[in-house]
Amino acid sequence: MITLETVAATGVFSLAWLMIAVPAVAAALLLVSGSFFDRAGHWLAVAAVALSFGIALWLFIAMMAADPEQRAVGVPLYTWIDSGTWSISAGLLIDQLSILFALLITGVGGLIHLYSVGYMAHDPRRRRFFAFLNLFVAAMLLLVLADNYLVLFVGWEGVGLASYLLIGFWQYKPSAAAAAKKAFVMNRVGDLGMTTAVMAMLALFGSSSFEAVNAGAGKLDPAWATAIGLLLLLAACGKSAQVPLQAWLLDAMEGPTPVSALIHAATMVTAGVYLVVRSNAVFNVAPIAATAVVLVGTVTLLVGAWIGTSKDDIKKVLAGSTMSQIGYMMLAAGIGPAGYAFAIFHLLTHGFFKANMFLGAGSVMHAMDDDVNMRHYGALSKVMRITFLTFSMGFLAIIGFPFFSGYYSKDHIIEAAFHQNALIGWAALIGAGITAFYMTRLMLMTFFGESRWREGVHPHESPKIMTIPLIILAIFSVIGGVLMNSWIQEWLEPAVGNHVEELSLMPSAIGWATMGVVALGVAVGWFFFGQRRVPEEAPVSKNFFTVMGRNDLFGDTVNDVVAVQPTMLAARGVVVADHTMIDGGVNGAAGLLAKLSTQTRRLQTGQIRTYALTMSLGVVGIGVVMILSQLG
Amino acid sequence: MNQIATPTFEWMPLAPVLAVLLAACVGVVVEALVPRAYRFVSQLGVVALGLLAALGLLIVNYFAHSSGIMAMGSISLDGPTYLMWGSLLVFGLLSMMVFAERTLNNGASAFAASAASVPGSVAEAEATAARHEHTEVFPLALFSLSGMMVFVSATDLITAFVALEVMSLPLYLLSGMARRRRLLSQEAALKYFLLGALSSAFFLFGMALMYGYAGSFDYRAIDAAVLAPTYGHGLLLVGTGLMAVGLLFKIGAVPFHNWVPDVYVGSPTPVTSFMAICTKLAAVGATARFFFVALGADRWSWQPMIAVIAVLTMIVGVVLAMSQTDIKRLLAYSSVSHAGFILVAVVGATVATANDPASSVASILFYLLAYGFATVGAFAIVTMVRNSAGEAHDIDSWSGIGRSNPVIGAVFALLMLSFAGIPLTGGFIGKWEVFASAWEGGYAWLVVVAVMASLVAAYVYLKVVVRMFFAESAEGVSVAKASLLTLVPIGVGAVATLYLGLFPGPVLDLMTASSVFLR
Repeated sequence: MITLETVAATGVFSLAWLMIAVPAVAAALLLVSGSFFDRAGHWLAVAAVALSFGIALWLFIAMMAADPEQRAVGVPLYTWIDSGTWSISAGLLIDQLSILFALLITGVGGLIHLYSVGYMAHDPRRRRFFAFLNLFVAAMLLLVLADNYLVLFVGWEGVGLASYLLIGFWQYKPSAAAAAKKAFVMNRVGDLGMTTAVMAMLALFGSSSFEAVNAGAGKLDPAWATAIGLLLLLAACGKSAQVPLQAWLLDAMEGPTPVSALIHAATMVTAGVYLVVRSNAVFNVAPIAATAVVLVGTVTLLVGAWIGTSKDDIKKVLAGSTMSQIGYMMLAAGIGPAGYAFAIFHLLTHGFFKANMFLGAGSVMHAMDDDVNMRHYGALSKVMRITFLTFSMGFLAIIGFPFFSGYYSKDHIIEAAFHQNALIGWAALIGAGITAFYMTRLMLMTFFGESRWREGVHPHESPKIMTIPLIILAIFSVIGGVLMNSWIQEWLEPAVGNHVEELSLMPSAIGWATMGVVALGVAVGWFFFGQRRVPEEAPVSKNFFTVMGRNDLFGDTVNDVVAVQPTMLAARGVVVADHTMIDGGVNGAAGLLAKLSTQTRRLQTGQIRTYALTMSLGVVGIGVVMILSQLG
Repeated sequence: MNQIATPTFEWMPLAPVLAVLLAACVGVVVEALVPRAYRFVSQLGVVALGLLAALGLLIVNYFAHSSGIMAMGSISLDGPTYLMWGSLLVFGLLSMMVFAERTLNNGASAFAASAASVPGSVAEAEATAARHEHTEVFPLALFSLSGMMVFVSATDLITAFVALEVMSLPLYLLSGMARRRRLLSQEAALKYFLLGALSSAFFLFGMALMYGYAGSFDYRAIDAAVLAPTYGHGLLLVGTGLMAVGLLFKIGAVPFHNWVPDVYVGSPTPVTSFMAICTKLAAVGATARFFFVALGADRWSWQPMIAVIAVLTMIVGVVLAMSQTDIKRLLAYSSVSHAGFILVAVVGATVATANDPASSVASILFYLLAYGFATVGAFAIVTMVRNSAGEAHDIDSWSGIGRSNPVIGAVFALLMLSFAGIPLTGGFIGKWEVFASAWEGGYAWLVVVAVMASLVAAYVYLKVVVRMFFAESAEGVSVAKASLLTLVPIGVGAVATLYLGLFPGPVLDLMTASSVFLR
């Protein structure tokens, strides 16, 4: 059990709020400025994020210089709610965990902003796009820097809003509007878990601060701990697209590609992992909830990988892959103290290489006139050298090629999974093999083979403003693992209470096995897609695995049957009742305004009679309820 | 018992009500004596003077700590009374400012030139051409407001009933006076009147039974009778149920909500705003007082009933709001669902004890405050969005308003977010408070239902926001130029909504400190 002990904020730490305020103000400026910022507004947005990054970096360096006990800093801002039994002060918590997130969000976020300057250069609503991006950065920073769950929830809602706005950014596409709505609805289901969890915390601890929850969790009734843990898991599932709330992420690819890279790969979707790790005190005393986290993670890592194997849309392959990789992180987070640091480690490396690959995919789409179908690609390695090379770095990182970043972070998770339970371990291992397969497929279909370009498409390398972020992210995809491998466990230990384990430089037996499985995955991928011709139309397949994968494992159908249809039915019933009983009269009267006919009067009296009847039935209903409650 | 006691009346403590009543009476005299040309201005002056004087007196009394059961046991001046009177006066003033708006409609108010003439008749055309107007609306609203003030503070059933009628009768009239779509308006007034009469009948019948049970109309006597019953429980139960019908009707709770959408749509928008805030506030306040003070000891009988009503109200309100295409109708159903959320706190409330100050009364009052400020702003904006035929109520015609008019759009979005209970707005804190008090009252299941309903409700409001900002502008609809009489309520509503969301502390403290009903 760890207790959070923070030191008072001094010096640069008291400026931490600027990290959030600067992009928030920039977003507001861009939104209300009218056309004033149309020409240069995007640079304001880039500058805002760069400034936030500067502050984050400064804080990070200051923390490195401080004693390990002095590193976590609480920055109280003001007392938000103070009523009777509970008081909630809004404040920031700059600790070892949150600063890493802040660096990831502002660092990778800054690069993606820069990339977007090129990517969105010809969009008429560019200013609005950058305003939303900045809004997202501010909300995400609030989410990870908050020192209590209620303020975290504010950020949580904020990123949801930004995500909704950005998925539906190209609103003239009905599919984009529908995708935004879907993401919104499914995230609300997650929010239900979040709200209820915070409510329970307030009732049990009288406060929602991490400090109070961490301190009180040890004395918690196991049933309540499990309940809170499961509610937090529900929240995490919604935000992080984990089974059973996974279906929105694939549709979210309707948004502009930089959005997919920033929100739906590198940062927002990892908020669920952050939530679980941050709530470590609760999960440590709720083994059932922690096991549920492991299960959700395991199932999702396989489901996501499965979906990734059978999509032809390059962004959807990457989206499936994101689900799968977050599944790994959830799995690690659910394992408990042995896995927290690895979950965060993988989260960071994934942030690098997945953002790199998404932006790379964007660069390819840019070259192919926004075609996303990989069956229309091929042979792009020759015309897009930089994109190809940077993408390759991401590819090697994600499949876990030795000494690339994913190699370190994913191997740790697979090993920890084997120590937890052999079945989970095998699932994680097989997932690694499938990952290697679908990523090889993607590489081969996109960059190798003969060209299958549509007529009139002339691929070309993207401008520098897009390739420079790619190069930087590629560098981190390569070295991110080495940089953090020996350091991150000890760094995070005071914040998340993970167990620091000795890491040997030589791979263990499991490490060798992983490499073998990955090699097999690559080989199978090459066998199917490297040496054969890739058909330009997706072949009709009756193969169970392909059909399931192409249909997202029928996630939508399940949602439809379980949730959508009954809701629609109920709503329709209520609406019909309403229309016959209520709307009839008013619509009738309004329509007959000019005619003044007797019909209006007839409708009117009919209406009142119906209303009075409803009221009388209501009286009977009240009587019944009161009698029943007397009996009970 | 045959000697007549001299009635006692505490003039100064009750002066705020008297000021409003006096202003209403002066308004009637103005109507009779002042030449037509000066009536409008005079009425405005009377309203402003009366309400500001009432507010001033209220504040003076508050700092003089005057409280107690007054007017021979029929009015209780206690913490909640102060808060509710204050809110009623502020909201009344803001709504009546919108009543007086004449810039939007080329110098005419939102009220019919001649409410008595047949729609479409020559008489109507003549009255319109002569630019007549009904300045009676101001005294009517003041009478209604004074009724509301007595209603929330009444501690005996006769006073409560008289206040209920004083508050309702002017509203029936006001709702029939719309300048545009007069048939709809008159239809709404008649419906409101007939159903209101029906609900009053239930209330009165319940009162009679309650008297039969307790032998007194006094809330404290009823409480005493509940604790030491002389008659069977059945009489009390039936009485409670029937009186609940009358109160729930005014609150607009399902299944007594039928009138809400029709009347809200048909009434002139400023009147709708007045009803949506002040009537609801008064009805909720009176309900809370009656149930907590008179029936507090019998809570096990009525808690499940109110819980069921709360669930129905939230769900039906939210679900029906989803399918609305008319902004006023949407706001009407939204107000129904808000009634449900408030009832959630009424249910949980009773269990709050002296050493657990997270009282439901405080949360109810805070919720009403947040809801009231958002509502006053929202309806004021509804009056500004117009096409050639008057206010444009079709939500489709609101498309793109946010882009052509960023400030109004942003304010409306803010108010919608507050309705939806999104963090950093007053509505969010209100929902938290309400849910928390129900949770602590042992109604966790109800809180779960309420949270789900509020999540669905968010969709309703965000849909409007998205329409305003992201859809192509509709033809012929614009945000008309308004005078300060409309802009001030909008500004106050927006600022208060933000303030309550960002710095709820002082207000919550105030509410918690004065949330105990005097018995």
